[in-house]
Amino acid sequence: MIEKNLKIKHKWGLHARPAGKFIRLAAKFKSEIYLEKDGEKANGKSILEILSLALEYGSSVKVIVDGKDEKDALKTIENFLLQEEE
Amino acid sequence: MLIKGVPASPGIVVGKAFVLKPETLTIPKYKIPQKEIADEIKRYMDALSLTRGELIGIQKKVEKELGESYPDIFSAHLLILDDPALREKTINIIEKENINAENAVAQVLEKIGMTFSKIEDKYLRERAQDFKDVGRRILKNLLGKQEETLANLADKVIIVAHDLAPSETAQMDKKNVLGFATDVGGRTSHTAIMARSLTIPAVVGLGDITQRIESGERIVIDGHEGVAVINPPKTTLERYLNKKKQLAVLEKKLNKLRKAPAQTTDGHIISLMANIELPKEVELLDRYGAEGVGLYRTEFFFLNRSDIPSEEEQFQAYKYAAERAYPLPIVIRTLDLGGDKFASVLETPKEINPFLGWRAIRFCLARPDIFKTQLRAILRASVYGKVSVMYPLISTLQELRQANKFLEEVKVELKKEKREFSQKIKIGAMIETPSAAITADLIAQEVDFFSIGTNDLIQYAMAVDRINEKIAYLYQPASPAVLRFIKHIVDSGHRKGIKTAVCGEIAGDINLTLILLGLGVDELSMGPVAIPEVKQIIRSVSIEEARKITEKAMSFDSTEKVVNYLKSVKEPLKLLYKSN
Repeated sequence: MIEKNLKIKHKWGLHARPAGKFIRLAAKFKSEIYLEKDGEKANGKSILEILSLALEYGSSVKVIVDGKDEKDALKTIENFLLQEEE
Repeated sequence: MLIKGVPASPGIVVGKAFVLKPETLTIPKYKIPQKEIADEIKRYMDALSLTRGELIGIQKKVEKELGESYPDIFSAHLLILDDPALREKTINIIEKENINAENAVAQVLEKIGMTFSKIEDKYLRERAQDFKDVGRRILKNLLGKQEETLANLADKVIIVAHDLAPSETAQMDKKNVLGFATDVGGRTSHTAIMARSLTIPAVVGLGDITQRIESGERIVIDGHEGVAVINPPKTTLERYLNKKKQLAVLEKKLNKLRKAPAQTTDGHIISLMANIELPKEVELLDRYGAEGVGLYRTEFFFLNRSDIPSEEEQFQAYKYAAERAYPLPIVIRTLDLGGDKFASVLETPKEINPFLGWRAIRFCLARPDIFKTQLRAILRASVYGKVSVMYPLISTLQELRQANKFLEEVKVELKKEKREFSQKIKIGAMIETPSAAITADLIAQEVDFFSIGTNDLIQYAMAVDRINEKIAYLYQPASPAVLRFIKHIVDSGHRKGIKTAVCGEIAGDINLTLILLGLGVDELSMGPVAIPEVKQIIRSVSIEEARKITEKAMSFDSTEKVVNYLKSVKEPLKLLYKSN
């Protein structure tokens, strides 16, 4: 299992459309993926849980990835959350 | 009973109401024996597949009907449907509590709904609605209930609803729909746009009409006046039927002028253009004899969605409009958000005076990321037709220069990327503020054309909040003040050799056609359906007459005198019915 703390740079935070993209991205990996904000943990493959975290531009999150492809998964997710453009 | 609303699509229609009321679902609760749990889970999974099929079907229909540029809400619905949290939590409850699927789903929906309602973010709270819609579909399928749809209408009816969603209109049996009447909405709501593209009458913003009428009752809707009459008495009904008959005769007559120019009896020509909001509305140009698009509003794109539209998405829409309109020109107005409309995705602070606040070009200049993305899309689309770009709400020459600087930057970027765009793209400024009007001579030196947005100009010139009923009397399009503003703008433009268009509501108001003509306005852009009437008025006078009438009208000291004079001197309705 690997973890990483980061600040969301994605211009629109994780509102529905980007959140949708995030989910599709997360679904490509076998690893379990979680995002944690203010002690609340959300399944990275669930749009409902991700949306209910209300992640905005500048929010601090902990990314937790656990599984065989965790390294690749973390890298992909990090790139997505840190990119400024869509 | 007469109810006043907002006229959304013209025409008069009388018919039986079909009231679309969401039915309340009763959720049964019963125990499932342990050995049947697997079957119950399967029943749940089947309901999910059924729902998925429905959603994909509607998504395809909506796309076909409204074009790919319409905000795709069904992808979000599908993601919610396939969500592991929803699926697994429901299955968990069925297994642990030995309870039926409907009840388990309802429990999960309630829990997630609670979480959503606590979120402060306005956009996410709105998404709670998507989530409820999906939940409702699943429950209906579990209960084996048919969704109440507009797909099979036995009779020709007028649809009365709280509001109509794209999913509802997409399934609608269009040949049996005579008109729409809805509780909520404005001229740019989906119902209004849909009605205009189907060319059926619609009145929106009728308050609680769904509570005041039952299916089968008779209703009249007048899409010109913006009223609905429920169970009209005989005399009222006859009055409306008469008006309808007259309009039909007139329409037939005016349709003959479709290809004729808007030319006065002594040969003075002005251009009549269409205002549109969706690229698909370009199809209306031919039907109403428009000579192009004088105002393509791009806000629609940015509303009701979660992100800003990408350059590619905007490019596709502008390209579509430019290609379909060609060889006719189109004028694309850059984002005019703010005031009373703001995209849910843009976190903008609440303002005490939004109409005097951070809106339109002011917002765009502060957000070059959004502005330049749009300019890139417009420039790239410019090679597919005759495209002009127009900035809304210019207040100072400096704002115009700054906007043009961004445009130049974008051109340099595109050149570097070896992307094509038209070098000849024309630039226009909307003159809507008193400051721009009074300095029109300065602004004219740095643009190719003016377009007067009269709705805003009147509001700012008279310092009247359009929405405040107490001061509505001050909203006077024909006031000496407004007329002088228009004259000053047109004259300033002409002195610098540029043309002036008028693209507000008054452009389509036949009571003011003569005076706009006499003031020297070069182009009128309006809702396309108004074009034939305005053309008829123009064709029935000489420019000399129009100028004389205008001169006289400008000499009066009150709006009332101006209006009375305009009505008496050449009654617009008489001109309309005059035979050619």
